[in-house]
Amino acid sequence: MDAGTGAVSRMLLELDSLRAGYDRPVVGPLSMQLHAGEVVGLWGANGSGKSTLLAAIGNGARIFSGEIRRAPGLRVAYQEQRPVRLPAMPFTGRDLLRISGAKGSIAALPATLRDLLDRRVDRLSGGQYQLLCVWAALGRGAELIMLDEPTNNLDPAHEALLAEMLSRRSEERAVLLVSHERSFLDGVCNRVLELST
Amino acid sequence: MDPAMLIDPLFRVPFATGLLLACVLPLIGALLMLREEWLAALGLAHLAAAGALLSLAAGAPAVAGGLLAALGGGAVKGLVGARGNAAYAFMILGGWSALLLIAANTAIGDSLGHALVEGQLYFAGRTDLAAAIALALVAAPALAWLMPRLLRARLFPRDEAANALPAHRWHLGFDLLAATAMAVGTATLGLMGAFALVFVPAWAAFRLASGWRATLTLSAAVGVVGFVAAFQLALALDQPFGPVLVGVLLATAGSVLLPDLLRARARSARVDAGAPGWPKPGGSQVRPPP
Repeated sequence: MDAGTGAVSRMLLELDSLRAGYDRPVVGPLSMQLHAGEVVGLWGANGSGKSTLLAAIGNGARIFSGEIRRAPGLRVAYQEQRPVRLPAMPFTGRDLLRISGAKGSIAALPATLRDLLDRRVDRLSGGQYQLLCVWAALGRGAELIMLDEPTNNLDPAHEALLAEMLSRRSEERAVLLVSHERSFLDGVCNRVLELST
Repeated sequence: MDPAMLIDPLFRVPFATGLLLACVLPLIGALLMLREEWLAALGLAHLAAAGALLSLAAGAPAVAGGLLAALGGGAVKGLVGARGNAAYAFMILGGWSALLLIAANTAIGDSLGHALVEGQLYFAGRTDLAAAIALALVAAPALAWLMPRLLRARLFPRDEAANALPAHRWHLGFDLLAATAMAVGTATLGLMGAFALVFVPAWAAFRLASGWRATLTLSAAVGVVGFVAAFQLALALDQPFGPVLVGVLLATAGSVLLPDLLRARARSARVDAGAPGWPKPGGSQVRPPP
């Protein structure tokens, strides 16, 4: 529901009594809806199934019961907990954004990240690389963006930058965000869902 | 060395054939390196060598049998969804075993087996040139289509499943392209020559290049320079082409990387000596109280 106009925004994702896991159910039963314009946090103790829930929505885990309904033609950007880091990665930050499909978002890049555009990504710190990957997820034109523990490797300054990136809301897309840092989720999300073990 | 040798009618076809392969194989190598599947080149080369030998023993062109064997290996790997180097280790073992058994049990097998292992580029004929041209013509548009998809799959692996993309098309497509390239390369340049052209230029470029386009450019440049130098050296010194190509590529990679290694060594020495601006190893980073 749009607080200002009362108009209902487009529903992008609906989970209906979903139970998901790998060898056995890890999370659920869980029901929720996600609308365009929302930033929703998933919080819970280790082992509560936060990452498994994202994996299930991203077709990477087994559905035991219930259903996942997506808006027709929904495009998804899914940034996993540990971004891929190879022994040698001859890509600049600009290459990374171009490959991800986020080339058009370079103009809006925060100044801190703009400085990384022409450096090889394997010579960046873990936090710098993490932020570039999050920006790549946000900027590739997907309607549903799933970020798994994006605060990993981030010092307080970079965490503040991540919060600023997430605060650039768009009415066209929704963000589903997993983190073990409750205060971070409270600061950037419209609502936070707590998963219990 | 006489540059005129490169355009001598006797060597024109082998030179043109090898030059085309020296452009294409390093680009395939860069993608194999990205997928951490560089052993693919050696696995496919062994299968191709066994297939080529069988083909020659049956009186058919080496390229035909090599192509069938390598494509078969690439297709099986792609269809069963095997990823990583283990699948290629099995190809190496299977190809090696078949190669030596075919060589031991056919009338001309032994000498031809040696030729395939050594890489006798100077015997390349019009069939080999036609195969290399066909490979280049297929690889150019195929790589333009495959590369963005393979790069994205490697760096953002969750996106394919999350968007239910038909990823098997580009993964299988690349497996088949790599198999074709290795078959044509092995039949022309020899087993280790083809493998070296796939592995060494890409390995050096991954360490030196400033970005992805520079990686591709540097890979192809190292491949072409190494090939031209080896072609002339092998002729001038009357040596088998394959080992000379491997030696030249190793020397090229070494000379390209040497400045980088020296810089790293100098940096390490400065750290050991406790030069200004460098903390001593094991030393405290905390200043003592005045």
